[in-house]
Amino acid sequence: MSIQLNVNGQDETIDSATDTPLLYVLRNDLRLNGAKFGCGLGQCGACTVIADDQPIFSCVTPIMMLEGRKIRTLESLGTEEHPGPLQQAFIDEQAAQCGYCIPGMMMRAQALLERNPKATEAEIRVALEPNLCRCGTHMRIIRAVLRAVDAMAGA
Amino acid sequence: MDELREPRAITRRQLLAGTGAFIVSFSLLGMARGQETPPAAVMPAPAPASPSALPGDLNIDPMLDSWIAIDADNQVTVFTGKAELGQGVKTAILQCAAEELKIDPLTIKLITADTVLSPNEGYTAGSMSMSMSGTAVRNAAAQVRELLIAKAATQLKADPTTLTAQGGQIVGGPQSLTYGALVTGETLHVNAQPTSKLTPTADFTVMGTSLPRVDIPGIVTGAVTYVQDLRPDGMLHGRVVRPPSYTATLADADTASIEKMPGVVKVIRDGSYLAVIAQQEWQAIVAMRTLARSAKWKEQASLPDEAHLPEALKALAVEDGTVADSNTTPTGVVQTFDASYTRPYQMHGSIGPSCALGQLGSDGVTTIYTHTQGVYPDHAAIAQMLGVDQTKVHCIHMQGSGCYGHNQADDAAADAALMARAVPGKPVRVQFMREQEHAWEPYGPGMVTHFTGGVDANGKIAQWDYELWSNSHNSRPGPPGALLSARYLATPFPQDPQVFSITPTGSGDRNSDPLGYSLPQKHVIWHFIKDQPLRQSALRSLGAFFNLFSMESSVDEMARLAGVDPVDFRLTQAADPRGAEVIRRAASSFDWAGWTPVPGRGRGFAFARYENHASYLAIAVEIAVNTDTGTVRLVRANAAIDSGEIVNPNGIRNQTEGGILQSMSWTLYEAVTFDRTRITSIDWQTYPILRFGGVPDSIEVDIVPQPGQPFLGAGEAAQGPTSAAIANAIRDAIGVRLYDLPLTADKVKAALLSVPAVD
Amino acid sequence: MSPEAMQKDAHLTGNSGRSPAVGGPRRTRKRRWSLLIIVVVVALGAVAYFALVYKPAIAPLPEGQVPTFGVALVAKGSSLASIGDCASCHTTATGAPLAGGLPVPTPFGTIYSSNITPDRETGIGTWTEAAFARALQEGVNAAGHYLYPAFPFDHFTHVTADDAIALYAYLMTRDPVKFTPPANQLGFPYNIRTIMAGWDLLFLKKGVIAADPNQNAEWNRGRYLVEGLGHCGSCHTPRNSLGAEDTGDEYAGGPVIDGWYVYAINDTSPAPFKWDADGLAGYLRTGFSAQHGASFGPMAQVTARLGEASDADVHAMGVYVASLMARSNAPAPPPLPAQPILTSGDSLAPPMVVDVSAGRGATIYAAVCSSCHESGRLPPFGGIDFHDSTAVHADDPQNIIDMVLFGLPAGEGRTFATMPGFAGTLSQDDMVALLTYLRTTFAPGKPAWSSAASLVASTMSGATPVKLYSEDGVQRGPSPVNPPGANP
Repeated sequence: MSIQLNVNGQDETIDSATDTPLLYVLRNDLRLNGAKFGCGLGQCGACTVIADDQPIFSCVTPIMMLEGRKIRTLESLGTEEHPGPLQQAFIDEQAAQCGYCIPGMMMRAQALLERNPKATEAEIRVALEPNLCRCGTHMRIIRAVLRAVDAMAGA
Repeated sequence: MDELREPRAITRRQLLAGTGAFIVSFSLLGMARGQETPPAAVMPAPAPASPSALPGDLNIDPMLDSWIAIDADNQVTVFTGKAELGQGVKTAILQCAAEELKIDPLTIKLITADTVLSPNEGYTAGSMSMSMSGTAVRNAAAQVRELLIAKAATQLKADPTTLTAQGGQIVGGPQSLTYGALVTGETLHVNAQPTSKLTPTADFTVMGTSLPRVDIPGIVTGAVTYVQDLRPDGMLHGRVVRPPSYTATLADADTASIEKMPGVVKVIRDGSYLAVIAQQEWQAIVAMRTLARSAKWKEQASLPDEAHLPEALKALAVEDGTVADSNTTPTGVVQTFDASYTRPYQMHGSIGPSCALGQLGSDGVTTIYTHTQGVYPDHAAIAQMLGVDQTKVHCIHMQGSGCYGHNQADDAAADAALMARAVPGKPVRVQFMREQEHAWEPYGPGMVTHFTGGVDANGKIAQWDYELWSNSHNSRPGPPGALLSARYLATPFPQDPQVFSITPTGSGDRNSDPLGYSLPQKHVIWHFIKDQPLRQSALRSLGAFFNLFSMESSVDEMARLAGVDPVDFRLTQAADPRGAEVIRRAASSFDWAGWTPVPGRGRGFAFARYENHASYLAIAVEIAVNTDTGTVRLVRANAAIDSGEIVNPNGIRNQTEGGILQSMSWTLYEAVTFDRTRITSIDWQTYPILRFGGVPDSIEVDIVPQPGQPFLGAGEAAQGPTSAAIANAIRDAIGVRLYDLPLTADKVKAALLSVPAVD
Repeated sequence: MSPEAMQKDAHLTGNSGRSPAVGGPRRTRKRRWSLLIIVVVVALGAVAYFALVYKPAIAPLPEGQVPTFGVALVAKGSSLASIGDCASCHTTATGAPLAGGLPVPTPFGTIYSSNITPDRETGIGTWTEAAFARALQEGVNAAGHYLYPAFPFDHFTHVTADDAIALYAYLMTRDPVKFTPPANQLGFPYNIRTIMAGWDLLFLKKGVIAADPNQNAEWNRGRYLVEGLGHCGSCHTPRNSLGAEDTGDEYAGGPVIDGWYVYAINDTSPAPFKWDADGLAGYLRTGFSAQHGASFGPMAQVTARLGEASDADVHAMGVYVASLMARSNAPAPPPLPAQPILTSGDSLAPPMVVDVSAGRGATIYAAVCSSCHESGRLPPFGGIDFHDSTAVHADDPQNIIDMVLFGLPAGEGRTFATMPGFAGTLSQDDMVALLTYLRTTFAPGKPAWSSAASLVASTMSGATPVKLYSEDGVQRGPSPVNPPGANP
């Protein structure tokens, strides 16, 4: 059975069971590395992507729920050659250790900043609550998102 | 496949002999077909003539071309046997090489741990990557540079002292020669010398700078970075079905109906080992779930009583060893302090469960991409498990989610090998599930310590008696029984007994010798626990975390007995001026002297030199206690670290900040739970860790410059001192000492209610 | 006059010049006379009223004379404070514990909780034991000001003198915090504290409730705690137009608090299986029952704190509340299933297969919900079997809407139930389809939720604000941070 998904602006035809969680389709069928498998339970946020304007756990979201939605992954924010403002902020703050949680953090932050471009540090901390980091990069992640707030305001 | 990291279709010896240029595109399938007999490089490294004659790991592989290769096109390749674990070691090693070779670090190709291509540097562990590999690469690079200068001097007929290396060329006046032009054949195939002409710190242009991590742009844009990101054509997806508990054996499983499920390629049943291989990842997961539900196991209650873990641990058979003994009796003791401390089993808790990619080639070589900390020991163990020669297993390191020690990376590699064997020629990516990672990883073991100490009339420590009950904190491969699945095969490889050994670096006893202080008397005993009731191995800093929690909590109490400020108490008894310096700097950064008590707030201090020979770190913290609920929040932390010569200050800072936060999570929140049969901490609900709600307001890390000093590493220095500093701050805030990790809100609240209010 | 001053002086000055009684437009002479007579009568009445209800200030504790208390008394007070759940109203999400400032919305305006830390300037540091007891038992503070029943002294009046002392001992030994909460925002006449004396005359039934000799000691202890300090009726009993609990309709539930529907805890409890005393006690202590599910919304604050209270007292509360539901027709819950193998694969169920003709709701349930909720892993860490779910059996679907959209956020550093929210996944139509499926499948005898579509719309648009609490009772940001707009 095939399903139509719109991912990063591209229409994709996916031949997978309709209850397949989006995460596996993104990573395997569409070869997008941004969203990560962390728990498969919606507990850690490593798989976070944006559907329309909402951050979702792609590991517990079956693709059948996403027809007609605009899905965005980390790859939509920019490229290594032309990083987007949030990506550049994470580079500038060196906000990664192992980096495995970072794409999920960034997508949740991106959804926050689209909704609230002037997010404060307190708001950023609250917004990122669902996402776990084990390396202890939290201070840098917060700083990077704040830096992106400034960068986007100046842009 | 552009996703597979670096070209490897040539052997290292071919490369070194100058016969091969790097081939940019590389396919795992192609490689497997074309794989030649692996070269001598996979054989155990030759024993060094004199173990300490050469700098760092040049001792285990003294040939310069084992570390640095330069091809005719001037491409410099650096080899390290260490692995990028998210600690930034790739960037730091590039800086070492670039500084001494006088080239742009971003032009260097770096080959990390690989059993065909890299030197055998054992494990990437113990904060030793910079002191061992960084030192080796730096010295090798300096010696290569001098070799090139000498060769250029001959070719140019110039005085070598007039020649300089810059930008990949040896330059002398108007003349210059590229490195590539100078390297032919075996130019670099020479033994390293004991001393090198190292660039002085004052002349650094690359080392000592915060060169941005080379891998972060890829991480934040979705480049292929992790084993999990590999997906060669035709790749299959593997999932294991573990027993429900350590000692369970498989009674029955309906493999036949699982094999008929959509996409399922193979179901493996080998003794109590069960696995499924499927075309699509979701199909593999569905098959795994279904198989798990159909499987019948015989289980037995074999776990200790979690509610009385310290007693259970102390009741196990032990072998005693003396870690330190001044052979003196305490004199002049006027006040004593006596306490027992306990620690539960704690998890590595990688955010990404372990993963590996394996493929059995037609030449009989199993190639495994793994995020193990030790490709060489892992390939030896896997070869034994498979019953093949070591040359038939090729392990290549690729990043995974942060591991913080021996997690299940090696186990995933072993599963990839077993599954690859079941579908010859096909690449199989094995991904553990969250519950499997939580339930089966080898934990940092539960520990009990006991301290008796005393101060004399001068307010100095006069007595130091310390005992610890602990496992080895090590069950890594080599032996095949270290691999989880190997134990459950029809012909199982039982786990080897732990090895009890007391070494200067220490393991379970790490940092238990109180060398940080000048003491008139000390006596330290390790009651080595032989049995391993829960799977245990190396978790970042090993025993140092809990030994330092116990010791530095005790030092705080002795300062109290002496009536001396805890910073002054440590400062006046610090054994080493570098130790004293980090103590002073941390106190100053915190403004220890200017701090005024606030209700509900407390401050704490701790200090250690990691492993007694690596980085010095002191930390001051401020915490807030909610005296209604007992909740503790770390408000701020100010650390000072001396990790020797600084290669990348931002990297040191990043590692230290991370160590502080991770240690805080261990200290305040974490304990593996279990019933008498099964592990019950199987996800983030049942094993909670730090979230943003618990993140402090600020962390400051002050780095002590040490020009010209050896690298000391930075990865684990913060773990122990942070835990004690937090405990000391809680003691300061509530007037009660807590001894049993984790220091949860419930325990703090109970402590608050156990004494008359202090305000 | 500043609101603070109005509030402070209300009991002395009575109606101020802003009162419409004297501030109207110019009128005829005759009417002026009659007005004057009315004013005089009202004024005399007011004087008499104020004289009658005047409460003197109680002399403050002299500076430096901090009372001391024994460890056992403070510990007793701590347990009682947990049962009274003082912290939930007297602490804000970002403020110091017990320092007050939490806005409590009422139909009459917003009341801010007071600082009950022992700070002498801004808290209760100058309050004597007698002043504290009067506040609990009569709803009058140390200065002699009438308190609003947002502070549930209509329940606390039942607290014994001994227990009041223990609470006093506990609060006076917490950390003093200098913090002045915002002034109440109440319109006339509710900003006149003294009118509360009239409210008290009507609704305050002072004193300790006599023990019922027909019930055992534990039941009586439970009633004492539930009716008194526990003030369960403050949320679980509907209120009349004057904001007092509706006698005759005790524990009938009904109002929505912080975006969460309050269940009846009397014989009309919507729980599909009857609660028993042990089950309730366990739920109150741990925040979950394997047979009924986890606590959520503001109830998570209550259960978080009851976990710190005396086991015996919480059990007594369970005994009493179970007796309130004794005549419920619900059957006893079936025995718990054996725990499945949790660690062999993952903890989730294989996907549920549904026929394509089963409808959107069934398909969503199978694809989105069933992996956890059909896994057999029991609450708190597994999804509840919806046959057991009170939320699915309640007359009002607000709670199941909130749970599906926002989930159960994780607490900090404690093992507790969590659930991911699906606000970003499900459209309004999906939500209604899912709710309909859940209701018809798992609560087959129950009437359809006619309000489902409008409640889904108002919740997803943010018109019904929903406060989220983790199971440690801490308010958390929803995920996403703001409720989503209408999904396509």
